[in-house]
Amino acid sequence: MSDDRPTLAVWKFASCDGCQLSLLDLEPELLALASAVRIAHFTEMTRASVEGPYDLSLVEGSVTTEVDVERIKAVRANSRYLVTIGACAATGGIQALRNFTEPGRYATTVYAHPEYLDSLETSTPASAHVAVDYELHGCPIDRYQLLEVILAFLAHRRPVISNTSVCQECKARGTVCLLVTGQAPCLGPVTRAGCGALCPSVARGCFGCFGPSESANANSLIDWLRSRGFADDELARLFQTFNAAAPAFRNAATYATTAVTLGPPRVSSGVRQ
Amino acid sequence: MSHGTTRTISAEGVARVEGEGSLRVVVSDGRVSDVSLDIFEPPRFFEAMLVGRHFSEAPDITARICGICPVAYQMSACLAMEDACGIEVSDAVASLRRLLYCGEWIQSHALHVYLLHAPDFLGCQDAVELAERDPAVIERGLALKSTGNLVMATVGGRAVHPVNVRVGGFYRAPEPAAIEGLAEPLRRARDAALATVRWVAGFDFPEVTGSYRFVALRQAGRYAIDRGRPGTSDGLDLSPSRFAELAVEEQVERSTALHARLDGEAYLTGPLARYALNAPLLPALVREAAREVGLGELCDNPFKSIIVRALELVFACDEALRIVEAYEPPAPPTATMTARAGVGTGATEAPRGLLLHQYEIDAEGTIVRARIMPPTSQNQLTIEDDLRRVVEGGLQLGDDELQWRCEQAVRNHDPCISCAAHFLDLKVVRS
Repeated sequence: MSDDRPTLAVWKFASCDGCQLSLLDLEPELLALASAVRIAHFTEMTRASVEGPYDLSLVEGSVTTEVDVERIKAVRANSRYLVTIGACAATGGIQALRNFTEPGRYATTVYAHPEYLDSLETSTPASAHVAVDYELHGCPIDRYQLLEVILAFLAHRRPVISNTSVCQECKARGTVCLLVTGQAPCLGPVTRAGCGALCPSVARGCFGCFGPSESANANSLIDWLRSRGFADDELARLFQTFNAAAPAFRNAATYATTAVTLGPPRVSSGVRQ
Repeated sequence: MSHGTTRTISAEGVARVEGEGSLRVVVSDGRVSDVSLDIFEPPRFFEAMLVGRHFSEAPDITARICGICPVAYQMSACLAMEDACGIEVSDAVASLRRLLYCGEWIQSHALHVYLLHAPDFLGCQDAVELAERDPAVIERGLALKSTGNLVMATVGGRAVHPVNVRVGGFYRAPEPAAIEGLAEPLRRARDAALATVRWVAGFDFPEVTGSYRFVALRQAGRYAIDRGRPGTSDGLDLSPSRFAELAVEEQVERSTALHARLDGEAYLTGPLARYALNAPLLPALVREAAREVGLGELCDNPFKSIIVRALELVFACDEALRIVEAYEPPAPPTATMTARAGVGTGATEAPRGLLLHQYEIDAEGTIVRARIMPPTSQNQLTIEDDLRRVVEGGLQLGDDELQWRCEQAVRNHDPCISCAAHFLDLKVVRS
């Protein structure tokens, strides 16, 4: 097989593997992709590893250890394009909830010997440490958006990914609005599109797993929900999940109440809006 | 010891497992003196994050422990919360959960058999190399995997981190037409799974056997997946909460995975354990396939776990089909959940083994304490025992070949390091 194919590397940091799995979930397109690019490093899929530099590196997961702070820099230095995949790599992920607690509390809750661990007090996105060429959002990412991003970077163009909100996708599907009909609190108006409005289609409020949409006005949504009788702590928790450290959601949780916000964040997440 | 030699075999970043860990084996004077499977997957502290959250949030939060088996996390979390609240879901809801879980078994087992495990037996670095040699085989594997994902997306809304699951049941029951649409793909998948059994049974297997203490859920009349009582191959029959008391996890310095023991002893969960305890409950079709390839009712060669996984693929397709053919939408799709203070325990069979959740919640439904025992931390000590046996039986091999054999010994158990971090690099030191 000719080896002037562009090289693709996949790197894992603190994460659940679900976004890398999306690459394997491309099932019918996977083998075609594997012949168009040379998979140079992808531990979940292959023993073989080719030395860099790499044309495109996909980074999954957040930075949570001293070792990983250095590793993300090495990935950057070895990659023409660095694209993050998923909420963890873009915003710190669910594990960024530790950024809002007093130092050390999480480690002592789970481990008898926290001194054995190499773990930072914060979970941060790749962009807090290195320049990132593109962030693909979602917890998990959508596999077809992933395919578009890979194809775009291989062609040296910007990916064509919608920057509207889940609300738009819901309208396009013709799903009855859960907010208007008062069935459930829904983050659709302030959440980035990309999932295809899955939750409202099963009569469940959007829980923001794709992170904040551009210029999301979360405070207005909170005011509206509050006027419909939703409790402050419930509203704050809505924003404190898989993208809790994304600035728009972090600020929304603070706005909803100070009662469940355990203190100010100690780091800025470094996510570009 | 003056003529002693030390040989170290190590693999930093064991490939084709979910998550990151390393492996180190030290051989002194022809004997294995140390084996360790180190999990350096960074800890994410889920048990701490859950404290202070509402009980209804546990299925979605814990799903994020593992993108390969999110349904297992969701199901164990739901059962634990329902146990705490004293609620039992309707048979129709339980059936739909089992269908969703079959989807995850098909997806995860197809991934492991075809993309992670089989390349070892055929001398390939990965499935892409295997596909160059035999494209039809890998296409069959990917089609199987795709059917698993289709079941998950149809019942759960999406394949990775499904959105339709809630404590008590589902947000919305899938339309009968959508479920009916699964029947034809599942029939094709069942045939592909039967072909998988014959394919993997033809591989060359090293003659290695383990005397395992097996632990798996058991359920009257059924091959347990979505519920059951933990049982052991030495005759224990326990409630999930009693099992939680007897299974003790300890932290060791080299690993972010806790190591579990039951009554002070190492044990094994997963396909070999389920098959050892529950094989007579498999449908005739699956037992016939096992007989055809010469597998008895006990398989104690860990390398042959790939055959058992293939048999479980046939079972999961067949079971899913049975549920699809009898489907009636649960009405209502969920039980009404009212919080009450208490402790609840939930145990289900994740594709790679028993997954236990235990929560204490208060009267408002806020989580006070969480404990999650993933399959890989339960299996870790046994995987290390396997490594020891494999190295002792393989000392004549060169370092590269021995390293590969060791990696394979780890992959035999489909460890999920993302789950366990709370795993792999092989270092063999020969002295």
